[in-house]
Amino acid sequence: MNRSLVFKLLSAVLVFGAWEIGGRIPISYAFPTFLESMEAFARMAFDGTLLRAYAETLKPLVLGVAISALLGIGFGLWIGLSARSEWFFSPIFIVMQAAPLAALIPLLVMAYGIGLTSKVFVVCIMAMPVIVLNTAGAVRNTPASLKEMGQSFLADDRQILLKIVIPAASPVIFSGLRLGVSAGFIGAVLAELKITPTGVGDIISYSRSIADYPSMYAAIFSIILLAVLFLNLLEKLENVLFEGNNRGYVSD
Amino acid sequence: MSQTESSFAGAQRLGPDSAVSVRGVSKTYGAVEALRNMSLEFPRGQLTSLLGPSGCGKTTLLKIIAGLIPADEGEVEVNGTKIAGPGNDRAFVFQDFALLPWANVLRNVAFGLELRGVAKSEREAVAERYIRNVGLAGFEKSFPHELSGGMRQRVGLARALSVNADVLLLDEPFSAVDEQTRRKFQEDLLALVANENKTFIFVTHSIEEAVYVSDQIAILLARPSRVSEIIRPSSFREKGVENIRRDPEYLDIVDQIWASLRSYVE
Amino acid sequence: MTAFGIRLPAMSSLLIWGLLWEIVGQLDLTFFVPPLSQVFATLFEIIGTPVFVKALTETAYAFVMGVFFAIVIGIPVGILMGKSRIVDELLLPWVNIFVSAPLTALVPVLMVLFGFGLTSIIITTTLFAIWIIILNARAGVRQINRSLVEMARSFGATPLDAFTKIYFWAALPEILGGVRIGVIRAVKGVIIGQLLISIVGFGALFELYASNFLMGHFWAVLIILFALAFSISEFLGYLERKVAYYAAKR
Repeated sequence: MNRSLVFKLLSAVLVFGAWEIGGRIPISYAFPTFLESMEAFARMAFDGTLLRAYAETLKPLVLGVAISALLGIGFGLWIGLSARSEWFFSPIFIVMQAAPLAALIPLLVMAYGIGLTSKVFVVCIMAMPVIVLNTAGAVRNTPASLKEMGQSFLADDRQILLKIVIPAASPVIFSGLRLGVSAGFIGAVLAELKITPTGVGDIISYSRSIADYPSMYAAIFSIILLAVLFLNLLEKLENVLFEGNNRGYVSD
Repeated sequence: MSQTESSFAGAQRLGPDSAVSVRGVSKTYGAVEALRNMSLEFPRGQLTSLLGPSGCGKTTLLKIIAGLIPADEGEVEVNGTKIAGPGNDRAFVFQDFALLPWANVLRNVAFGLELRGVAKSEREAVAERYIRNVGLAGFEKSFPHELSGGMRQRVGLARALSVNADVLLLDEPFSAVDEQTRRKFQEDLLALVANENKTFIFVTHSIEEAVYVSDQIAILLARPSRVSEIIRPSSFREKGVENIRRDPEYLDIVDQIWASLRSYVE
Repeated sequence: MTAFGIRLPAMSSLLIWGLLWEIVGQLDLTFFVPPLSQVFATLFEIIGTPVFVKALTETAYAFVMGVFFAIVIGIPVGILMGKSRIVDELLLPWVNIFVSAPLTALVPVLMVLFGFGLTSIIITTTLFAIWIIILNARAGVRQINRSLVEMARSFGATPLDAFTKIYFWAALPEILGGVRIGVIRAVKGVIIGQLLISIVGFGALFELYASNFLMGHFWAVLIILFALAFSISEFLGYLERKVAYYAAKR
């Protein structure tokens, strides 16, 4: 068995063990043990509660991330390719990236109500800036000599874009998408906790209100687990898809 | 002894059989004058080196000949036709190789033909031939990051050869590879010049390398950028690659170039 | 970008966006977008009021405390992870999980454990900021040039000397980079915390304005908040560039 796996397991045992002990003392009436929480997790997983909740939670998340990816990559390409649109649009996204956009939620609720639209919007404003900025940056940073190589072989603008710029930029675009998904999860959970409790947010809020803390912790555990597993999957995919893509230049 | 002439006298005498002619080319970047009224002839079928200290505009001149950078003034003729951008008649070998990291060796070598719309089977057949020629047979399916620096530059060279251009432009092609590989490359380059009926324009900052591989060496000086002299080694080329480095003329020319350049090194 | 031969400054297009905003507002297209001029008038009106000052100080306090803990805990932990393989292997999986996990989901836990007050908001802020600070400090230490470390040893530096005179400074550009991103995340964290806990600071102010349909007030506070966040991020970016000059030359 390899060392890294042993340490990962050891690390998990330490943290979950501390959780268990903390719950047994207990350090707070609202701090259930690890085993109680896992029991609630298993119960909700098997009776379909979690399944129904995620069918609800994933709706704004998937929609929002899809819209952000489509618009974000489009905008990013445009900004990265044209100095004029960069000057015009990039300040908006730079400010959005730095600003706490969550503050817009009360406004979105006023404008679009408490339904799906508002939640999709929340996911979009969280996920889009990083996708746009990563795409634009990646396009701008296409190695100059690759573009010159294309020109010297008489490639037209379309060929340079499709055969050189986009393939060269795709690893960074993809990691922008991954960061966007991560921000989208934050947005989706925030929307469910802040706007109206639905899906996983509903389990969290409801079990808190009836002091069913194991269920509450289990729901939180499940959303973090889901996000981490999905993001890890994306990262693995990224490594497979773009293996060696960032290497192969003189500078290594 | 070598034959040393001023650039203009050389230009007139070699006029008719020049593959590339540069006439009165100037280029400024903002306040920096990269080239001023530069004129130079490149004899057909021969290798001409552009040699000079860094900042003398040799890479700029090469990219102007390639059509990658427009000249502010003056013109460049290739085979008697004025150029207006990159063309099929020239192929460029890049200092940093400029390989597509996401494409294997075969696709990289065939990339120039791919851009020209040559059918896949046809361009891959050509590419395979040149991959063998540069000694990379068996690496067709490898990716750039799996190759050493020297092998990567062989890919870049094969890509430039496969489009069958008359003029090969090489921008410090061996500066990123180690010394042994570099020497092997220089020998291969001499064989290439002898066997392929092409004109080579070679940018380097190494005096020994320029003298070793060149039929004609143009020494460029900076601020203001100009051709200071043209040297044509005459006698040692036929004596075989092993003997060049101890030939008296080779050593004399190296010394002579260093003597004229040393005052420009700060 | 240049126009008529003049180089336009980077963020100057915001003026045009402001102008567009004013036009949309003047046309009275939607109730949600009052003219920018009116928003600014409101801004100067409310900026000195006790309600606003209270919200600002509460937010600033939570933010500063949150960032303080994130830095004071994050940097040493990161450096330790960079130096010690065992600590690294034990902590790295968790840091990697929390750096991209939806931390908003943890806010309800903080609320039941630490109450609906300042403590929860400070912890939220710290949680948002700390992971990236740890990761960057770790990366900074790990990339230190071996020959620098060997140089220190060959001149007989004590471990403490090596730490304070070499490791910290050699890793400083990465550490500052982490602090910059961490601080930007902390701004988002403090606002998210206030929105969810929503009794104090700007969170309460937004609720108040939104429920009373005071759009001018809402946008005014939003502009102040965005401007503050952007200034903080630009200032830290400036600091980072100040030390980046030697990052390239190590």
